[in-house]
Amino acid sequence: MPAIPLAKAPQPSKTDPAQIRNFCIIAHIDHGKSTLADRMLGITEVVEQRNMRAQYLDRMDIERERGITIKSQAVRLPWRSGLDGQEYILNMIDTPGHVDFTYEVSRSLAACEGAVLLVDCAQGIEAQTLANLYLAMENNLTIIPVLNKIDLPAAQPEKFAEELARLIGCQPEDCLRVSGKTGEGVEVLLDQIVKQIPAPVGDPNAPARALIFDSIYDSYRGVVTYVRVVDGHLSTRDQIQMYSTGVRHEMLEVGVISPEPVPSKGLGVGEVGYLITGVKDVRQSRVGDTVTNYQRPTDKPLAGYKDPRPMVFSGLFPLDGAEYPMLREALDKLQLNDAALVFEPENSAALGFGFRCGFLGLLHMEIVRERLERESGLALISTAPNVVYKVTDDTGKEIIVTNPSEFPDGKIMKVEEPIVRATVLAPSEFIGAIMELCQQRRGNLLGMDYLSEDRVEIRYTLPLAEIVFDFFDQLKSRTRGYASLDYEPIGEAEGDLSKVDILLQGEKVDAFSAIVHRDKAYTYGVMMTTKLRELIPRQQFEIPIQAAIGSRIIARESIRAIRKDVLAKCYGGDISRKRKLLEKQKEGKKRMKMVGRVEVPQEAFIAALTTDDEKSKEAKK
Amino acid sequence: MGTAVDSSALSFYIHIPYCIKRCGYCDFNTYTPAELKVESSLSDVSQGYIDLLITEIEMAREFSTASHVPTIFFGGGTPSLMEPEDLGRVISAIATRFELSADCEITMEANPDSLTKERLQGYRDAGINRLSIGMQSAVPHVLKVLDRTHNPENIAKVVTWAREVGFAEISIDLIYGTPGESMADWEASVDAALALGTTHISAYALIVEQGTKLAAQVKRGEIIIPDDDETADKYILADNKFSAAGLNWYEVSNWSKAGSPCRHNVAYWQGANWWGAGPGAHSHINGRRWWNVKHPTAYRDRIENSLAPMQEQEILTSEEKSREEIMLLIRLPGGLKREDLDSSQLTCVEGYVASGDIDGAMWDRGELTLTQQGRLIADRIVRDLVL
Repeated sequence: MPAIPLAKAPQPSKTDPAQIRNFCIIAHIDHGKSTLADRMLGITEVVEQRNMRAQYLDRMDIERERGITIKSQAVRLPWRSGLDGQEYILNMIDTPGHVDFTYEVSRSLAACEGAVLLVDCAQGIEAQTLANLYLAMENNLTIIPVLNKIDLPAAQPEKFAEELARLIGCQPEDCLRVSGKTGEGVEVLLDQIVKQIPAPVGDPNAPARALIFDSIYDSYRGVVTYVRVVDGHLSTRDQIQMYSTGVRHEMLEVGVISPEPVPSKGLGVGEVGYLITGVKDVRQSRVGDTVTNYQRPTDKPLAGYKDPRPMVFSGLFPLDGAEYPMLREALDKLQLNDAALVFEPENSAALGFGFRCGFLGLLHMEIVRERLERESGLALISTAPNVVYKVTDDTGKEIIVTNPSEFPDGKIMKVEEPIVRATVLAPSEFIGAIMELCQQRRGNLLGMDYLSEDRVEIRYTLPLAEIVFDFFDQLKSRTRGYASLDYEPIGEAEGDLSKVDILLQGEKVDAFSAIVHRDKAYTYGVMMTTKLRELIPRQQFEIPIQAAIGSRIIARESIRAIRKDVLAKCYGGDISRKRKLLEKQKEGKKRMKMVGRVEVPQEAFIAALTTDDEKSKEAKK
Repeated sequence: MGTAVDSSALSFYIHIPYCIKRCGYCDFNTYTPAELKVESSLSDVSQGYIDLLITEIEMAREFSTASHVPTIFFGGGTPSLMEPEDLGRVISAIATRFELSADCEITMEANPDSLTKERLQGYRDAGINRLSIGMQSAVPHVLKVLDRTHNPENIAKVVTWAREVGFAEISIDLIYGTPGESMADWEASVDAALALGTTHISAYALIVEQGTKLAAQVKRGEIIIPDDDETADKYILADNKFSAAGLNWYEVSNWSKAGSPCRHNVAYWQGANWWGAGPGAHSHINGRRWWNVKHPTAYRDRIENSLAPMQEQEILTSEEKSREEIMLLIRLPGGLKREDLDSSQLTCVEGYVASGDIDGAMWDRGELTLTQQGRLIADRIVRDLVL
């Protein structure tokens, strides 16, 4: 058996770097990465059969439910190579698969020498995988192409082996074929990892340098920092120092994950493991920072990462205003674990007190919201997502707008918006549909390449604002789910943008203001005024609903005054019932938000802020 | 507030929980012989039931300190299914334990189907002096939706007989806003009711009550409820025609000739004391409201075991009392007075005077009277005043 019992395997802190292989798996969301990882845990026997559960490494419930990995982890797998009979330590560093988390992918890549490129051989490579593959190639990682799910009846390993070979410049025969589900080919893959991926190289006698590639908050242990040691040695006896802050920390525990945390005496060159120092905030143990020895610090930090920049903003408000402090607490707690999440208090006339939050992308936003609701039991309203605009007014002053309410009212010289380079991979039959969608969203075609006979890569520049709305859903529905999308920010461009306000009886409702392209302003105005006319109950006066750019009205609707609101019968037996109904309505009245004289039910806000797309999905059902 | 309550007076509501068949829109506490699974004749049921009512009237005597009875109202169900002698026994039971006021108003709700001239004579002889006839509509297809079985032509016949046997006070009940009823249908019903020349008309917008056959039909989409604007137009049409004919509104859904309002119902709105006898009947005495067990069998068990038939009661807090008074008195012209309201309520009233929902001239004299347009949104005005 090539598995080695943990006790007999090379021990952390005294493993020869030549015996170590650090690798990650690059794969699209449903291409079977977690199943393959589970299989590796089983074959190397680090997890006993009876303790095995699906998606073992995905800690959070939400990850397991959505089948996606958010936080990367590193697992130490002992392995005796079937090729040379030697003992090795394989460190598998998990990477997230979604476009929002490119940043996290890049930091896991920096901790590896090689990557397994895992592709579902019934589906072929997806745009996000391609993007991550390019990242890995830029990092000079050794790529091992692997076709997964060869047990599926729809598998086309020949076709996709050619596609992969063309992408990375190898022979189709070099693509390994595995089934994470049945275990077929997985031992061969482990042997190839040993054979192809170079061992880490470092100077064991140099001052310690370790790269922080992840940092998570654990409610029992405080911050757990994941590191890859490059030079020197980290030991429990040492005091360590964070290079960027110069702050000294006591080392409470050092260890490896196998796949549960196992304390060790230390970590040597090339090893991957965790540190616990007793800090309570992940920002004190920043990803990308270099850990060094306090007594003998390095003067050459490792190349770190750029801070993740929030790309999408949205306001989050508690449904019940009294829950505002709970929301703050919940956001603080999430931030301990998610350095990419930013927020600041926001006060909306319509929605009360809440927070303007910045996210890496739409999925990140959805996950944060879901975690807030699930882990803290909060009911939330979120405003429509928007991007960051750079507005220059006629005095030449630049204003950064992350919230439509910050958009200046006066004369404007120009508005700049973030632009992304988007890559769409799809079967060639959908080229027309994809181009039509991209054109509608103000896209510029950059180019198109055939990956194989019937699969194309289409490249566009698009304003990010067009993507954050419902681009991905539209893309999926127009390509029957076959297209995949990746995008990366490439800068800013001037756009013909303006702020559309929605007014109820002449009063601006801040929650409904949006920054939109001039061509779409009218559509947005009509959509919102029509929606609100349906959602706001009639009141004893007529309510004009207007959409306006500045003082120019671009769309209008009105809610006619209510004419009848009286129960015809009120006799002896009706009185108690009617009084109780009245008392109940008092509760209903509390849930009304007043916009000027207009009572707007909270449900109307929620429904109006929900995109049309969700509605049309409902209709299709 | 409003009119001071005379606690020496006690009105009686007598519930008759039986119908030959249940109408599709009706959610009242009434039972058909089939629902009760009785095999004996309705008259046997009726006799036994009257005994129970008389026992409850004896309980009322023990409980109440009132001396006289200004009004009695037989409602249902279908009181006109009961034999005249049986209703007569109820009236005598009350009259022997309390004193009937000299002008005591004794009303019976009547279904035109169950009436003959002889029976009407019998009810008149038993002491009943006011009839409330369920006409609902003069249009056959509307009656069909309502599930009413009577022939509209019978109404005129019944009204004539009633006059012949000495009923001076007759009320006609109408329902508007029935699905499928056009404005012309409604106008025809209003005209037909006015042509009868009675002293009183009630007109109610149809309410689709949960659990009724009609509600099920609406839910299945077989029947579409007309929109509120159309119903409002029907109210306006009726109110205009009634006033032109000398029937003036004295409550949101009630119109009468001078001196002919239903005093029993006015007692409800003014917060007077009344005792409701029979299953499910509600009572009110000095800020305490209670209601009886709902099912006739449960009611019989209670009475036969000498237990009070009360199901539940509530004692109103002063805040609840004041809300309730506003909720009820606003339905009457001049029911609320300036001094009944606090300063924020007065501000609210000013707003509605300005919007034409409250009569400005009356308000200048210190009385709150809703205009035609205001009556249509009375519940909204109440919410604004009390919530």
